[in-house]
Amino acid sequence: MSAVEEIASQTPAVQAVPKRAMTLSAGTAFVIVLLLLVVPLFVKNFIIFQMTMLLIYGLAVLALNILTGGSGQFSLGNSAFYAIGAYTSAILMEQYNVNYALTLPVAGVICFGAGFLFGQPALRLSGVYLALATFALATAMPQILKLGFFEHWTGGVQGLVVTKPDAPFGLPMSQDMWLYYFTLAITIAIYVFSVNLLRSRSGRAFMAIRDNEIAASAMGIDVATYKTLAFGVSAGITGVAGGLGAIAVQFVAPDSYTITLAISLFLGMVVGGVGWLPGSFVGSAFIIFVPNIAEGISKGLSGAVFGVLLFLVIFLVPHGSRQVAMVAQQLLGKLRKN
Amino acid sequence: MELFTNQVLAGIATGAIYACMALAVVMIYQAIDHLNFAQGEMAMFSTFISWQLMQWGLPYWVAFVVTLAFSFAGGIAIERVLFKPLTKAPILTQVAGFIALYSIINSFAGLTWDFTIKQYPTPFGSSPFLGSQLISTHQAGMIGITLLLLTGLYFFFQYTRVGLAMRAAAAVPESARLVGINTSWMIALGWGMAAAIGSIAGMLIAPVVFLEPNMMGGVLIYGFAAAVLGGLTSPFGAVLGGFLVGIFENLAGTYIPHVGNEMKLPIALALIISVLVIKPAGLFGRNIVKRV
Repeated sequence: MSAVEEIASQTPAVQAVPKRAMTLSAGTAFVIVLLLLVVPLFVKNFIIFQMTMLLIYGLAVLALNILTGGSGQFSLGNSAFYAIGAYTSAILMEQYNVNYALTLPVAGVICFGAGFLFGQPALRLSGVYLALATFALATAMPQILKLGFFEHWTGGVQGLVVTKPDAPFGLPMSQDMWLYYFTLAITIAIYVFSVNLLRSRSGRAFMAIRDNEIAASAMGIDVATYKTLAFGVSAGITGVAGGLGAIAVQFVAPDSYTITLAISLFLGMVVGGVGWLPGSFVGSAFIIFVPNIAEGISKGLSGAVFGVLLFLVIFLVPHGSRQVAMVAQQLLGKLRKN
Repeated sequence: MELFTNQVLAGIATGAIYACMALAVVMIYQAIDHLNFAQGEMAMFSTFISWQLMQWGLPYWVAFVVTLAFSFAGGIAIERVLFKPLTKAPILTQVAGFIALYSIINSFAGLTWDFTIKQYPTPFGSSPFLGSQLISTHQAGMIGITLLLLTGLYFFFQYTRVGLAMRAAAAVPESARLVGINTSWMIALGWGMAAAIGSIAGMLIAPVVFLEPNMMGGVLIYGFAAAVLGGLTSPFGAVLGGFLVGIFENLAGTYIPHVGNEMKLPIALALIISVLVIKPAGLFGRNIVKRV
């Protein structure tokens, strides 16, 4: 083989997204938060539940976005961290009677540890190889949860039933509504944290690694530390989402956390726009509602309809909802000038 | 010791399946530089076509050849219609496209031929091979065809103009274009060949795992793993990787206690990852030098 052939013409897997383009303007953010606060007061419990799930998956997609869009590492294994978070919360609540709110930080910390540890061997891998390694993690997780050795805690194949918390201080709201506002508060907190993280020194280090690892290390960035840190943070946030998910669904079982979940999260990230944090919630809406819409259009061919819809989205907006937002922003700018 | 040799033999027999699929994976990787998640479903669809042709009364080998041609054309058509417009899209978007394709083909095959398991014939018979209970004549035939394909591919890539052009188009597209290679059609050709090889893999695997829309799920994962283990740039490595994965999997199932059928896959994957951590480009892959 010639020497030329061995030098890859490198096109980065993840596009460079400038820092400023990663967030929403203050006005838009205010309107969205206001909507998220008010809408649940006027809709049915089932819709509130769906909105809760939207926020929860949105957090999980956000976590993946920090890892892939931020530090340029690809993961199909985030469903495993979601599972660890969900089981941590469920076990603490049901076996040890810990308050549900207190289980979430524990889930986050445990998952941060797990992600950090997993990031160590993953350091040597990138691209498809990293995809395969994380994929292995995702396929292994349901089997590990089913192992007889853990059955005492995990409930084995049957899983665990989780009780839904009541609203505290005798607030006059349904369990669903309370859980929604609880989730919303946590989501906003984590979102603000993520935005600040990406704006900080560490965030800049992530992005330097994403754009060019060799150049980043030449500039004195400790590539190994920041790559594992990105894995840890991503896993931690996914873990909190998992814990919230367990409380919202009121049930954990090994087969809820298969590779399908990891693929959904990945699709959510792509549809939302890789590297654009607000897009995570758009992507989350896609993975929650579009399969239902597809089923509504055709029962027998729901998979095909889903595929076609997905193709439509990526044909129209290859950069996901980020592209839509950018076009809208430009249009608004033009209108203002006129 | 006898248990060990028997398990290794059985591993080689299952490994042939993975080796076949891994070849198709390497083929597409050579052409487009990443993995196609829909490849298994494309192979499954081709296998169903050949089954349908046989149901209509065509003899095996005629159906085989027709399916091969159909898959080749189908592969090119998919590339032209669905993925050529996405050439400029980010890579992760293209991966989402593969997942969409997977979903479409799987659902469509399920509706057309439903999800019941079907028998699939073998041209090699299924009597014991050379008196061994562990390898049947079908499995021996499968290994034979895999090796034949491998040799064919080797000669194609090393000694033909088109093969060289394809390698050039995959390795350095810009320079390839400058010397007059139509890189866009090289990619389409790669898709066609990958689909054709995949269809051969599907038709060889179907007698073992039986024919149904989800037959390729597990096989493709092992095929990926095998290709990655052997090195994604080397057809030879991919085939060897296929056999190694088969052997790994069988030995893990025999010697590690409490390994049920379901733990076999994670353990095989874990082993592969350990290999990758030591040799990140796979056993026979070339190390890629990166430009800053």
